[in-house]
Amino acid sequence: MEIRPILSALMRSKVSMVLIGLQVALTLAIVCNALFIIGQRLDNMNRPSGMNEADTFWLGSSGFGQGFDAKAVQQADLALLRQLPGVASATTTNSVPLSGGGWSTGINLQPQQNTSTADTTIYLVDSHALDTFGFKLVGGRNFKPEEVTRTTFGDQLKPASIIVSKALADALFPDGDALGKQVYMDQDPPTSTIVGIIERAQQPWVSSDSIENATLVPTYMPYGNYSRYLVRAEPGRRDEVMKLAEQKLSEANPSRIVGRLRSMEQVREEAYAGDRAMAIILGAVIVALLAVTALGIVGMASFWVAQRTRQIGTRRALGATRFDILRYFQTENFIITTLGLVAGGILAYALSLWLMQTYQAPRLPWYYVPVGFLSLWLLGQLAVLGPALRASRVPPAVATRSV
Amino acid sequence: MLGYYLQLGLRSLKRNPVLTALMVVGIALGIAASMTTLTVLHLMGSDPIPWKSDKLHYVQLDNWSADQPFYDDGRPPDQITYRDAVALTEAGKADRQSAMFKLSLPIQPENKELKPFQSLGRVAYSDFFAMFEPRFKYGGPWNRDQDDSHARVVVLGKDINEKLFGGQDSTGRSVRMDGSDYTIVGVLDAWNLRSRYYDLTNGAFADPDEFFMPFTTALDLKQRSSGNNSCWRSPGDGWDAYLASDCVWMQMWVELDSPARLAEYKSFLDSYVNEQKKLGRFPRPLNNRLLDVNQWMEDQQVVSRDVEVQTGLGFAFLVVCLVNTIGLLLAKFTRKAGEIGLRRALGASRRDVFTQFLVESGVVGLSGGLLGLVLTGLGLVAVRALYEEYQTVAHLDWTMVLTTIGLAILAALLAGLYPTWRACRVQPAAQLKM
Repeated sequence: MEIRPILSALMRSKVSMVLIGLQVALTLAIVCNALFIIGQRLDNMNRPSGMNEADTFWLGSSGFGQGFDAKAVQQADLALLRQLPGVASATTTNSVPLSGGGWSTGINLQPQQNTSTADTTIYLVDSHALDTFGFKLVGGRNFKPEEVTRTTFGDQLKPASIIVSKALADALFPDGDALGKQVYMDQDPPTSTIVGIIERAQQPWVSSDSIENATLVPTYMPYGNYSRYLVRAEPGRRDEVMKLAEQKLSEANPSRIVGRLRSMEQVREEAYAGDRAMAIILGAVIVALLAVTALGIVGMASFWVAQRTRQIGTRRALGATRFDILRYFQTENFIITTLGLVAGGILAYALSLWLMQTYQAPRLPWYYVPVGFLSLWLLGQLAVLGPALRASRVPPAVATRSV
Repeated sequence: MLGYYLQLGLRSLKRNPVLTALMVVGIALGIAASMTTLTVLHLMGSDPIPWKSDKLHYVQLDNWSADQPFYDDGRPPDQITYRDAVALTEAGKADRQSAMFKLSLPIQPENKELKPFQSLGRVAYSDFFAMFEPRFKYGGPWNRDQDDSHARVVVLGKDINEKLFGGQDSTGRSVRMDGSDYTIVGVLDAWNLRSRYYDLTNGAFADPDEFFMPFTTALDLKQRSSGNNSCWRSPGDGWDAYLASDCVWMQMWVELDSPARLAEYKSFLDSYVNEQKKLGRFPRPLNNRLLDVNQWMEDQQVVSRDVEVQTGLGFAFLVVCLVNTIGLLLAKFTRKAGEIGLRRALGASRRDVFTQFLVESGVVGLSGGLLGLVLTGLGLVAVRALYEEYQTVAHLDWTMVLTTIGLAILAALLAGLYPTWRACRVQPAAQLKM
């Protein structure tokens, strides 16, 4: 390989070399870290909630005034919803996964425990919950209808039986024998018995540290005059059922507002709108960055080819083949890119370190940088290919012409 | 002469249209990326009430569990309890003070053509209006006597007055909310806060409050806040137990007109908490805080981390675009060594050559900047489409337009300076020999 002449030619245009190298370095550092952030966001967005999101929606009812009998209305609404055509199942619930608002509490193994054993969200539901949410029972049993208590809002929850998510069961009882065990939902007795374990149920908060710790508590408890219902439609009939449910509930009792109608698909979209926006913005910057860098290489290489037309002609006249010329420019690009990439690799890790310290971001996995190396080598070679081919077509006769 | 250089520059740029476009678009993209993100960052974090942000202080008391701080890093809770809110308001030791919380109520319009709707509003004391200074369109705030007498009065926001009364002066009329009638004493004008800084616990970029109701009146309704509520131990059964509990669900602001008043209030708070400790409350060490508006916004990270990362990325991208432009201009000017040599030989001074090429790079920079400004506008449209809650912070204001133009000129000069300097160092003799 004719590395030496390439190097000595490069040394004559140090500044241009440094500029291209710098561009490659910054590009590598930014693209690696940005891709890593995008990957984390997509991973988060792909976490399953544990429920059937395709066929479910939820809605709220808000009654007027002190005389409103929220408990009776709740029962009437549930009965009405369950007999609507297209409705497969319905339950009352205070919240749903991904919704961003709900209840959380500590859960204890001993009375008067100072720090709780695990944190959990609480879904206040009735015996139709597993069917409506689509939570998968992996141990124990569902609630019996007679277990669903009636609680006045503001009073303490004292559930005799609860169903917990597998993640919470494992956090409370690492030996895997949670079923049938007693836990304290509060600091004082009575205890609650774990009667069932469901495979997965996410909390309402997507950025929660313990997102899969959830507890189902069987009780009817309107929040003041406010109740919420989750409805599962028969497959493919969700949208028509949503309209019908809103209309029928409004007609059944005019002294309240039926609203906040949301399909679980909408709930998921809203929950991850910020992550989605971040991924799109970073993706756009990556594309623009790669394009600018590639075009920069094309531009610079074109000028070098134009500038050296006479030298190329001379080399061709002295016996260099077209392939030699092509290889010369490809090699030159490879050297510059490699120098840039080495600097960029260090910069990528430095940037990751800074993000870790400033934003508690996780560490950039090692393989991002080598993959980045390969991609940018390829990008550089492709970018320089056009100008290099043009150079290889310079006829030897050019050497003999004057300007 | 400058006109002639401009002509030369334009001709030279026209000779390589692709390259020129590449440089202009490069700068424009860099400017757009950095200015779009900077605008959002700037507006999100900007002082919402600059004339008195250092006088308004957010009250935090640490009534949390002895075993576990509210925040892992030991900061006190972000809200206070009902009993402390009322005790501090009734003590009246600040120049102005108001406890407040977020409340959602159904509104039943008199006009039967309008369906009843749920409305999000705020419960506060009359001082709220003097402290945060919303402008009134009709009427005014209720007064302290009405605070004391639990008056059934309400102040409406502009939009809801539009909806209920067609935007007319509705003061003196009544509105039915959650089954009771309230007399309208005032209607606000448009109150376009960039961030709802007085209640950061429930989202800095949430929709504006639609109504305001006296704190004392709302408590009669026994309505809990529709905002955040946190308890470190069970409040017990019923409404009265809840009010007496250590659950935090209210925000409390005080206005203190001088540093001396701030110090006085701080010591008042300390003695208040020490008194409460004697009653067996406040098991944690003394940890009261009185952050002002900007400190509180920083504490609650009103400027999201994503936006900070995006801004850093935007500027890194601008640097890459500038490096790219420098390289391209350098290559271009180097190729023109012959022309430069000729001009120098014919009597042009280095200064003339310098001016000529700086004009050329200036044209590139300015075109890039203007295109960048347009792209920044588009970028902000995209941000508003991507983030529903950023409608108020993704707008260009005059500061940002001027900053964009300034940044573009600076970028172009930076990008053009070195290549230009190199160009005018060409030795005329060396170029003419061939």
